[in-house]
Amino acid sequence: MLMSSLSSDEVLRVARLSKLSLSKKEAQSLKSELSAIIDYFTELTKLRTDNIEPTSQTTGLTDVLRADEIDETRVLPVKDAVSGTEKIHNNYFVVSQVIDKEQ
Amino acid sequence: MNTPKNIKELHSGYKEGKFSVDEVVENYLARIKAFDKDLNAFITVTDDYARERAKKLQEALKDDKKVLNKMPLFGVPIAVKDMYLTKGIRTTAASNVLKDYVPAYSSTVFERLEGAGAILVGKTNCDAWAHGASGENSDFGPTKNPWNETRVPGGSSSGSAVSVAADMSLVAMGTDTGGSIRQPASFCGIYGFKPTYGAVSRYGVVAMASSLDSMGHMARNVDDVERVFMVTGGGDGKDATVKDFDYKKPAFDGKPRIGIPKEYFEEGLDPEVKEKVMAGVKVLENAGCEVAEVSLPHTKYGISVYYIVQPAEVSSNLGRYDGIRYGNGRDSFGAEAKRRIMLGTYVLSSGYYDAYYNKAMKVRTLIRKDFEEVFKKVDALVAPVSPTTAFKLGERSHDPLSMYLADIYTVSANLAGTPGLSVPAGVSSDGLPIGMQILGDRFSESKIFHIAKMFEEKTDYHNMTPKL
Repeated sequence: MLMSSLSSDEVLRVARLSKLSLSKKEAQSLKSELSAIIDYFTELTKLRTDNIEPTSQTTGLTDVLRADEIDETRVLPVKDAVSGTEKIHNNYFVVSQVIDKEQ
Repeated sequence: MNTPKNIKELHSGYKEGKFSVDEVVENYLARIKAFDKDLNAFITVTDDYARERAKKLQEALKDDKKVLNKMPLFGVPIAVKDMYLTKGIRTTAASNVLKDYVPAYSSTVFERLEGAGAILVGKTNCDAWAHGASGENSDFGPTKNPWNETRVPGGSSSGSAVSVAADMSLVAMGTDTGGSIRQPASFCGIYGFKPTYGAVSRYGVVAMASSLDSMGHMARNVDDVERVFMVTGGGDGKDATVKDFDYKKPAFDGKPRIGIPKEYFEEGLDPEVKEKVMAGVKVLENAGCEVAEVSLPHTKYGISVYYIVQPAEVSSNLGRYDGIRYGNGRDSFGAEAKRRIMLGTYVLSSGYYDAYYNKAMKVRTLIRKDFEEVFKKVDALVAPVSPTTAFKLGERSHDPLSMYLADIYTVSANLAGTPGLSVPAGVSSDGLPIGMQILGDRFSESKIFHIAKMFEEKTDYHNMTPKL
């Protein structure tokens, strides 16, 4: 495990998962940069962690909930909520078509 | 007018009528105009906003001098890292993705600063999305170190550090995910404070890595650092990770006990930085602290853990930028953001998750436990902030791994969720500031400030300023 050095195919696969389009030059330099970084991580294999619980947060807080009530001070009016783009139609965001009509 | 050195001095000037709020704001705006062409610390200078605020505050002061007691940051010119949303004022995260983004609401921290009377003079430059340790990853050009303009100011809160160091604001807000407040403060000769994770709300701040991001600030003295923390800290009902806490006078069991973590003084530390930090320890010992060597055995794994956990969270947080609801599309991400999104997506992807992400979360537990153990024995740790002083612009930008490795002394506090304060501790033989950090247990800020004040009383490093 943890034998890295990314292949070009893997770089393209990860770019696809990340929704990034890379130029050939970018893909090439990312391949060597990411390989060097990932190779560095192999130092972690030296540590035994079989019975160690993972830490995903440090506060110790669990199940922090609030009352299910509308708080007017934290609700954006529609006109403010859509103010970040000019691509709106009847106060809705306009998105690219994702479903093919033919199918 | 002479630029006030701290908020106390500013407030007594207001009280005695030595200067008006308008005059103070004009003074800072003039300094920004004079120096920022070269330093590039600001992305947006909010001069109209600042003048309007100053006018209103001056009127309030004329009516009733007591506003100075009611508003702890009354008339304090403040710069805010361009990661904090400011309603109606452009917020870019120093990225082309958000270069025209004007938020419809403000961060909790900014609302509290405004409520306490602070006056925003501008939004500061930083590494885009707070990704970096040099300020060079900004899509708005690099910020220069005012002590030597061929050097980086550190990062990612580059512009905020420079703003305070060059007296373009009295205090500045930054964000610290792996050292992004403490390291630039150290490179620029000022105080840089990273609070306990969960002490200050992250609401309305562009998210980098959500389990690590801490909202802190920079200033010229410990009193100001503490005063701003009193304003920004505490729950807001909008960030579920914030705990309300009692801020009490520090309770020491006898003399304050300082631990020197031996792993922070090993190979790779510049001898001059080591010498200044050890001299700082001596100052604290002479001032009445007990000093003991301690060990944080998993320190060296901090970089691997941090550069797995952090990009993993980055890749998730930056997933929201699709150019549909606001901002530009994903083609507008710069090289470092793409690198971190790719790295994070890789360590989270099927087949690699256990080997990298899960493993890193387990080692994070070991790092956290190192701190828990050591804080049973000592009140605080004293250590270097960065292995070197400010490096040359361009020197490391071609080699991401070498840039990452320099975060070795700062990332652990973020992984453990503990607070830290970078304190000016001297200047190198080539005229560059050296900082040392005081690290404490969760919610032990008052102890850290107490020890920092002991150091401040015995030294003059915090009064040194760059020649501009």
